[in-house]
Amino acid sequence: MGSNEDIELLKDGERLDGRSFDELRDINIEAGVLKRADGSAYIEWGKNKVMAAVYGPREMHPRHAQETTKAVVRARYNMAAFSVPDRKRPGPDRRSIEISKLMSEALEKVVFTEKYPRSVIDVFVEVLQASAGTRCAGLTVASVALADAGIPMSDLVAGCASGKIEGQVVLDLGKNEDNYGQADVPIGYIPRTEELCLLQMDGNLTIEEYEKAMKLSIEACKEIYELQRDALKKKYSIELDKEDIEELKEGVE
Amino acid sequence: MKEILSNITKDYLYRLLKEGKRIDGRDLIEYRDVQIEPDWAASAEGSARVKLGDTDVIVGIKMDVGEPFPDTPDKGVLTTAAELIPMASPEYESGPPGEDATELARVVDRGIRESGAVDTTELCIEEGEKAWVVFIDIHVLDFDGNLFDAAGIGAMTALIDADVPASDFDDAKEEEDYPLPIEHIVVPTTFTKIKDQIILDSQLEEEKIADARLTVTFNEEDEIVAMQKGLRGVFKYEDTLECIEKAKDIGKEMREKILDEVERENI
Repeated sequence: MGSNEDIELLKDGERLDGRSFDELRDINIEAGVLKRADGSAYIEWGKNKVMAAVYGPREMHPRHAQETTKAVVRARYNMAAFSVPDRKRPGPDRRSIEISKLMSEALEKVVFTEKYPRSVIDVFVEVLQASAGTRCAGLTVASVALADAGIPMSDLVAGCASGKIEGQVVLDLGKNEDNYGQADVPIGYIPRTEELCLLQMDGNLTIEEYEKAMKLSIEACKEIYELQRDALKKKYSIELDKEDIEELKEGVE
Repeated sequence: MKEILSNITKDYLYRLLKEGKRIDGRDLIEYRDVQIEPDWAASAEGSARVKLGDTDVIVGIKMDVGEPFPDTPDKGVLTTAAELIPMASPEYESGPPGEDATELARVVDRGIRESGAVDTTELCIEEGEKAWVVFIDIHVLDFDGNLFDAAGIGAMTALIDADVPASDFDDAKEEEDYPLPIEHIVVPTTFTKIKDQIILDSQLEEEKIADARLTVTFNEEDEIVAMQKGLRGVFKYEDTLECIEKAKDIGKEMREKILDEVERENI
């Protein structure tokens, strides 16, 4: 958190983009956007544009990384060189190595890995346009892509962050709020079991502020969860007209 | 090479934990013997060797005059790296840092950087042109669990111990060495969840059966300055609150210990 007192984040007690303190940016999720991948999804979250592709379960290479009793979930978070104002040097840096590790761990929790011993489930998360909160957007879209790939899962993972700007705890930090705010707490949440599979924090927070931030994020994750489910329903539901229904009826008889 | 824990040891550990006991007789929330030795390496600007039981870590600080980052032209630069050298465990291999070393370095770095533990504006020599670069290097000598706390405590102690080597550089403003400007003393506290039990300062065998890990870093003003959940398991929100409350008090004790050791060194 590069706090900088010169940069205004609240005006007359309001956020500059007009959102209330507990309001998410606009989120749109689409499932099944790529042809070759076994599963895929795309998310637009504010100005973030993130795509996820799933390959597998497939044979694990290198072989020494195989697990004899379960599949390995291997997520790779990658930022496109053009996704940020100053060109990002291609390839993994320390930040993306860390995020990839945390994402793999978070997703593995909801995948029934014991069904596919010795295999790997690759999850490629590509950030195409970045504007604060890419790891949460990435986690959210990755779990939709896993479901789209037909991987057996106990639940989806929803990601979201809260933070502090000018002493005020707010949901889903925007670009400037993230750059110049005082704290950021990204989480990954499993709604069905109410468990946290990703939790990070940086900045300054009192315990009370942490409680406030977590309440905001957990509520938001439940909202995001519905959007994830809607995206999957939209992809896999079919509209039936009268003729289809007649046909189906005949089939039953 | 991956080390394997025998099932009989695993079962024993689980059984003990169920009864609220640990393999080395500690309470669930209790550190091993903590040894902090500031100023261990004379070649470094600042250093500390930290032992948590048999876990043994040295952190060294080196400083150099370099260029500030373009987006913070009036600030010095902090950088943290960790090496898990093959000496420390049969599981470690030589080569560039892997994801475990990267995560360790970044969690330690986050605690120090985001908390403003070091006043980096004091480290600017000439705005936009010259500034002090502080290298924090974490060297793990013996790995018996809980590297996050050992490295974090070591890094903080080494920073307090460090002197800016102004006399060695012609382009520094000052002529005499002076202590590195420290604003906050931050302390990480790491909890490990095994099934439903949450323990402090896990040793190697406990780490091998760990489900999840949570590191909470506090400053002396009772503010949380960094957190990181790791491993494949999960925490309930209520669990995290409990860990945070404990970390506040445990961190306070550790902070006093760090200051005591530094003071003793300076007498």
